[in-house]
Amino acid sequence: MRQAAALILVLAIGALLVFTVSAYLLPYGTFPERRIGGFEGESIGKRILQDAPKTTGSANVVTSIVWDYRGYDTLGEATILFTAVCGVAMLFRVTRRRS
Amino acid sequence: MMAGMTVIVRTISRLLFPFLFLFGIYIVVHGHLTPGGGFQGGVALAAAVLMLLLAYGMEGAQAKVNALQAELAESLGGLILVFLGLMGIIVSIAFFKNVLPFGSLGQVLSAGNLPVFNLVVGIKVATGLLTIFYAMLRIQGGEE
Repeated sequence: MRQAAALILVLAIGALLVFTVSAYLLPYGTFPERRIGGFEGESIGKRILQDAPKTTGSANVVTSIVWDYRGYDTLGEATILFTAVCGVAMLFRVTRRRS
Repeated sequence: MMAGMTVIVRTISRLLFPFLFLFGIYIVVHGHLTPGGGFQGGVALAAAVLMLLLAYGMEGAQAKVNALQAELAESLGGLILVFLGLMGIIVSIAFFKNVLPFGSLGQVLSAGNLPVFNLVVGIKVATGLLTIFYAMLRIQGGEE
């Protein structure tokens, strides 16, 4: 019973992955290009690739996404790093004091 | 354990250190032009100091950057990052707005705020990882 459930789950996830990657199995297309009404052949990735050098002035599109389009995200990333460093420092110092 | 390694390792790591450090700085400073950026360059910088730490022991690495300096730089880096984001509200309309001039595409001094962000986050990541190394090594040295 559990094996059957696991098999079904794996197949479902696999099918999901295949559908997400291949644009032509779904009626409206997926990630790279969409085939809905006015958005024929449009995607966020294409739009960013076209506009990033103009709107951010950065030659590296990855940097312009990381620090400009998604600045909040990267600030959160830096905060996570800060918290991780604080946690490690705190953890190891407490252990040292006890021993 | 904290004594370091043999003469061969020490010499090679001493000769290699400036080049590794320069490479890390290059990745950070050219973050808005070539692949890489603050996080990656910061890790390269931390790895350069980690190499010294492995070869020379705790004292050799602490002579370059000591633990207090590393913690201070890490905290200040986070603070400067938030203030740079707030500068967008103060000077212009939105948080994280690009307030510095763009310059011409492909130059080192271009892209407004992005090189500054990369620089600050590079320092922050490098010193943050160093703080982790120091904290882990301190407990290791204390037990033996």
